[in-house]
Amino acid sequence: MSTVDLGLPSLPGGLRGVPAATEPQNRKEYVSDQEVRWCPGCGDYAVLAAFQGFLPELGIKRENVAMVSGIGCSSRFPYYLSTYGMHSIHGRAPAIATGLAVARPDLSVWVVTGDGDALSIGGNHLIHTLRRNVNLKILLFNNRIYGLTKGQYSPTSEPGKVTKSTPMGSVDNPFNPVSLALGAEATFVARTVDSDRKHLTSVLRAAAEHRGTAFVEIYQNCPIFNDNAFEAFKDPETRDDAIIPLVHGEPIRFGKDGHLGVVRDGFASLAVREVAELPGGEADLVVHDAHTEDPAYAFALSRLTDAGVLHQAPIGVFRSVDRPAYDDLVRQQITTAQETQGTGDLQALVTGADTWTIN
Amino acid sequence: MPTRRPDDPSFDLEMKRTVTIEVKQLDRVVIRFAGDSGDGMQLTGDRFTAETASFGNDLSTLPNFPAEIRAPAGTLPGVSSFQLHFADHDILTPGDAPDVLIAMNPAALKANLKDVPRGATLIVDTADFTARNLKRIGYDENPLETGELDAYHVVPLNLTGMTVESVKEFGLTRKDASRAKNMYALGLVSWLFQRPVESTITFLQTKFAGKPDIRDANIAAFRAGYNFGETAEEFSVRYEVKPASMATGTYRNISGNLALAYGLVAGAQRAGLPLVLGAYPITPASDVLHELSKLKRFNVTTVQAEDEIAGIGAALGASFGGALGVTTSSGPGISLKSETIGLGVMLELPLVVCDIQRAGPSTGMPTKTEQADLLQVMFGRNGEAPLPVLAAQSPADCFAIAVEAARIAITYRTPVIVLSDGYLANGSEPWKIPVVADLPTIDPNFTVEPNATDDKGQPTYLPYLRDPETLARAWAVPGTAGLDHRIGGLEKEDKTGNISYDPANHDLMIRTRQAKVDGVDVPPIEVDDPDGTAKVLVLGWGSTYGPIGAGVRRVRAVGGKIAQAHLRHLNPFPSNLGDVLRSYEKVLVPEMNLGQLAMLLRAKYLVDVVSYAQVRGMPLGAAELAEVIGNLVEETEGIDDDARHLGSAAAGLKHGEALHAEANGRPKGQLHESEGAR
Repeated sequence: MSTVDLGLPSLPGGLRGVPAATEPQNRKEYVSDQEVRWCPGCGDYAVLAAFQGFLPELGIKRENVAMVSGIGCSSRFPYYLSTYGMHSIHGRAPAIATGLAVARPDLSVWVVTGDGDALSIGGNHLIHTLRRNVNLKILLFNNRIYGLTKGQYSPTSEPGKVTKSTPMGSVDNPFNPVSLALGAEATFVARTVDSDRKHLTSVLRAAAEHRGTAFVEIYQNCPIFNDNAFEAFKDPETRDDAIIPLVHGEPIRFGKDGHLGVVRDGFASLAVREVAELPGGEADLVVHDAHTEDPAYAFALSRLTDAGVLHQAPIGVFRSVDRPAYDDLVRQQITTAQETQGTGDLQALVTGADTWTIN
Repeated sequence: MPTRRPDDPSFDLEMKRTVTIEVKQLDRVVIRFAGDSGDGMQLTGDRFTAETASFGNDLSTLPNFPAEIRAPAGTLPGVSSFQLHFADHDILTPGDAPDVLIAMNPAALKANLKDVPRGATLIVDTADFTARNLKRIGYDENPLETGELDAYHVVPLNLTGMTVESVKEFGLTRKDASRAKNMYALGLVSWLFQRPVESTITFLQTKFAGKPDIRDANIAAFRAGYNFGETAEEFSVRYEVKPASMATGTYRNISGNLALAYGLVAGAQRAGLPLVLGAYPITPASDVLHELSKLKRFNVTTVQAEDEIAGIGAALGASFGGALGVTTSSGPGISLKSETIGLGVMLELPLVVCDIQRAGPSTGMPTKTEQADLLQVMFGRNGEAPLPVLAAQSPADCFAIAVEAARIAITYRTPVIVLSDGYLANGSEPWKIPVVADLPTIDPNFTVEPNATDDKGQPTYLPYLRDPETLARAWAVPGTAGLDHRIGGLEKEDKTGNISYDPANHDLMIRTRQAKVDGVDVPPIEVDDPDGTAKVLVLGWGSTYGPIGAGVRRVRAVGGKIAQAHLRHLNPFPSNLGDVLRSYEKVLVPEMNLGQLAMLLRAKYLVDVVSYAQVRGMPLGAAELAEVIGNLVEETEGIDDDARHLGSAAAGLKHGEALHAEANGRPKGQLHESEGAR
């Protein structure tokens, strides 16, 4: 098999090709007339409010926003936004959104999914969408539980978790969604928290501007079946030591009064250390570079996340690198074919080269 | 008469013959090339087909190969074959039995001999007839020497040895040199049947343009094989099969999968929509993906997805965006797509789902044909999820059926299933080329403005407001200002499309979706009943069209009265089907399954049809069908079992008579022309 030079296109932002709004928009325009039916206290409300507030900032036409979701609590999301939307079937949203993105370069396409939808039944579509780098944005609401089916453990639940389907504790080893996305060659990987609207909005904005697939894990509390799963990140007593903030160009330093920091530790690994105990002090800390080509760095960052009950995890943009988007390449091949061969002549096609005539 | 009747001027022959060659006229020939799966038998068959098509014969082909790409050489499971039936008249099938078998090794001879009638010609490459090779496939002695083939006309030739000799100037290894033996054999039979040869030489020049040694060796072997026939006095007879008299027009040869790919493009173009194919490779459907991937200039996007589900998902996503979404697969893949097809039914978006059926269940026999997915595509979804089902009846008909599928999918906003099968997909036949400007135009009829007013008197868009005639919903695509809306797999409220759990609404929506599919505009079924006195109707669907037609012609040739009809629309059925069924005393339904259409007909029309079910992974035979039909005709006449003769007479027709009998059909081309213009 041979390979060809694909003649890579330039790499502008994620919204290139989407028509700009002619007038300023406000949050209310993005609120649909449907009654929101999540449980009281659900973290989804906060994400929805942040998202409705953030969309007008993009400055694109509202009718050119398309939301595609799978099945689960979070997948009701499209109904509550006055954009185009599809509430599809379990796990398949990335595949459906891929077809939509390929067909329509003028749309800003968003996938809303959950830990069960994206990582269990739809795991295959997730990894292949990330590898292809289709220009769409994936918001994974991770509540570490199956909510809509009333409380079974999910692929991100901690080992030993007692649920309706695991009365003696779960023996499943969980996925780290960020590690998974990085392993799947994702070009943009971020994590944020439902309750931090400012951070959430900043990550959404970065995702929207990224050309290619943006993967955003959102820690989202399920007050009914897995309440306080992310309490360490919310409790004023613990959150400073729990959140490892990733800010591009800044040393990774956190904790009360910045007593903790991230340093290199052995082969391709990172570790959290007391800054005061480092020989060089802050100078020994890793300066976060989300544009690092080698995914091993972002992967090492992702491993600072606890595998079991969460006490500590990095929050922010782990990785943001440029790679041509699948849908751009697909469209470019069509353009090239039409430029070199002309737009197709259907009669010539069906006639072919080898004919005979009966008179 | 064809305008292109090339002779063979490129041949520089030294005439050494002393014996004159007799030229014998035949009205048709069935020829089968058989060898190891690595011997290039499919290519050889394709080239002989191309030569035959360009000569102007009517033809029908049956490739038959193992699923293993290169099974161990010289073994029975590794045998691959290609059968071609060509004639000076309209024919319907690739033929039940070969008149000529070209066997490239002992395994090919052994595996195919059971299909070859006594008296037929066996051209056998003797190079591999060693004691070891023979033993390996269960021959204790060389069958070429024991006399067990005395009933055949055996022509044993060291084709491999002669090939190697003919290409020695190119300095290839013996192994590489012997690879050209298929071209040597092709040259020989091209001589034997007076086929025009330029197209094959041109083909070899193009195919091996980058490998001059291989190119020259193949051309040399091809010419050497041709010249061997001319000069070696091995053959005292050449055969001539005159061009067929077909309906006037320009023809090409086309396989089912290629015709399907072109039909999908034509459908999208006639609707003015881009085509987006989402597919995962699967036998025997992959060629549709391959062909469409070459057609990017027609605004065709092909997404080779990570799995079958993603393939249909991408197609449905593209349809949501206003393209014509298409997915192609075979039975196992259709199983995986079921849930997404159901979503398409609920979303009421256009989607064309092509099922190139193969022998099942499970992995079954991937390279063998079958039509056992009918009930799967009709009912294989949760809930009441009706959709239109179409079936192509011949390789060329795949084009018309694909255009028809696009028309129904777009007009009615619904997934449509297209059924083809391995026999149609890989088989080929002459096709009277349609004038694409005469194909129907398809109006997507997108909604671009509000189509209702809300309770405050403001203009609004109701995505599930329906066209009163077609019941098609109002389709607005993303990017249309003011018509944003949300759709999904949850039950919808009538008109608004909002989520609804209302019992009465659910019942209404279920019945509405059913009524929409039931109301799809389908042409009436036509019955071929020459003098209107037949008591028995034989009704088929899909690829059995050819064998049933051939069987019917045989029965008529021996005096039987029989009516024939064939279904291309399986859901909904043509509106006159019930009346047609009830107007015959007996209805025979031959199928390559255990009676799936028969079950549907009994259920819907309460007609006790007679099912003839054979599930062998091979097309039905004309002779077996003639026998079944003949027996049923006489049974209906009240003739006792032991007094019946029609079936055996029709089945037992000598080759020439049988095929002559099968020739009395309608002129080739007419059928496709009228269907293409729908």
